[in-house]
Amino acid sequence: MTGWNFLRLYTVAVYLFMFLPVAVVVLLSFNSRQFGSFPMEGLSFRWFVELWNNDAIVRAFRVSLLLAALTAVISTVLGILAALALVRYRFPGKNTITTLLIAPILIPEVVLAVALLLFLRWLDMPRSFLVLLLGHVIFTLPFVLLVVQARLVAIRPEYEEAARSLGANPLQTFFAVTLPLLLPAVFAGMLFAFTMSFDDITGTMFWKPGGVETVPTQIFAMLRHSISPEINALGTVMIVVTVALPLIGMGVARRLAASRS
Amino acid sequence: MGETGAAARPWILLSPALATVAFLLVVPVLFIIVYSFWLRTATGAELPGFHLDNWQLVFGDPFYRDILLGTLRIAAITTLFCALLGYVPAYVIAMSTTRHKTLLLLLLILPFWISYIIRTMSWINILGSSGALNTVLVGLGIVPEPVQMLYNEATVILGLVHFLLPFMVLNVYVSLDAIDRNLLDASRSLGASSLQTFREVTLPLSLPGLAAGGLLCFVLAAGTYITPLVLGGPRQAMFANLVFEAVITQLNWPLGSALSIVLLVVLGAVVMVYNRLVGLGQIARSFG
Repeated sequence: MTGWNFLRLYTVAVYLFMFLPVAVVVLLSFNSRQFGSFPMEGLSFRWFVELWNNDAIVRAFRVSLLLAALTAVISTVLGILAALALVRYRFPGKNTITTLLIAPILIPEVVLAVALLLFLRWLDMPRSFLVLLLGHVIFTLPFVLLVVQARLVAIRPEYEEAARSLGANPLQTFFAVTLPLLLPAVFAGMLFAFTMSFDDITGTMFWKPGGVETVPTQIFAMLRHSISPEINALGTVMIVVTVALPLIGMGVARRLAASRS
Repeated sequence: MGETGAAARPWILLSPALATVAFLLVVPVLFIIVYSFWLRTATGAELPGFHLDNWQLVFGDPFYRDILLGTLRIAAITTLFCALLGYVPAYVIAMSTTRHKTLLLLLLILPFWISYIIRTMSWINILGSSGALNTVLVGLGIVPEPVQMLYNEATVILGLVHFLLPFMVLNVYVSLDAIDRNLLDASRSLGASSLQTFREVTLPLSLPGLAAGGLLCFVLAAGTYITPLVLGGPRQAMFANLVFEAVITQLNWPLGSALSIVLLVVLGAVVMVYNRLVGLGQIARSFG
């Protein structure tokens, strides 16, 4: 079984490759030294305190949180409605429509960013928070749609048919039967959109108005000077937001799914 | 809604999403096609019309062609490394009999959730002049002073592989996990060695996943401009950097439009070839 052992060792090495650089970011964010580098001198929370006292960073956090929350809500609502139509109804041209709705994944984000920016500018809509929000909705929508669609296929239509035959109208059926069954997917879709939006930099650099920064663009701007312990601390906070949140969300979704079956 | 509206119902449900995609994606892309034929004059004013100047520049100047070819090369090397590094872990997790399979997979695609910019800049902590590696090398006396390891093509590829590997692992895993184990047992019982079984059964059946992962890695790598800005030197500009330069720095929007369309057409052709050979449905499977 030496072959299998070699493959396992290879796998461990890949895990290390993936996690070591990230672990170093977290480690260095607790460095008490003045400069964000090795050797470490001692552990301290000073860089997190500095983050809290840095107005630009706190402002970037507010922008990112608001943007991600709005993106999540809008994308999920659009995604659920479209998924219902695609899974529960038969109509001509379904394949074309599916491809069209998935198209934002297939188009490079840079191209999407340029097209949206220049088109809205031509309509006399300069870069603003609204442009940023529209951009984030368009690139998160297909992912939410795919997540909700995959879940909806697994929910048997008999439940809905039963509700209908007992006299519920389509709206009542949706809110009393479909939506509760779909809740884990709604949750997953929203988290997906939230973290994608919170993390985005490729499109955001095109769409953001001058003077407004999100957390990733703020980090990018700070990198221009040098890598400070503050960036590592900010990175640690980002990791907590974008990793812990989906994990908690998945736990909640699993709990929801379990309590229903 | 009465029963008479039943035929209209899917369209009512679809209309918000369709309107969003049409207004924020389809029309804007068509718009930049038209826009690429406009001109930006020396005074900064725009001249609508049908001018081929931007296209003559993009196709005539070897500068653009060289960067496009360089970008495709970097994306291809990145994809190759993602396949080499990603296939084995996906295989080991899929074939292992441990109870913690899902946990192992989750752990390996967890970096997908860790911020792209953080993962990219994390390599500066490792390879920078006062990073982990240089500290060790200098500390051990192997080199007298820190070595410059960053800001070249290799670090750009390194950053891209680190960013895109989870896409590859997930797609390969999905196709490996779907293989009927009886096929593998049958192959073994008919006398094939485990290596033969892998070559004749497992590998061919996992090719769609490998292709889906490869497509995602290639397209995402070829469209990036952040990684070269953070980990590359001045000569590592990729094609998307030219787009960013033209649109945001030079404010030459017609030229930026033409460059965007080149990127769209080239990567669109790659997606189209893939769709012919494998089918786009394979990618959607990873969401199930």
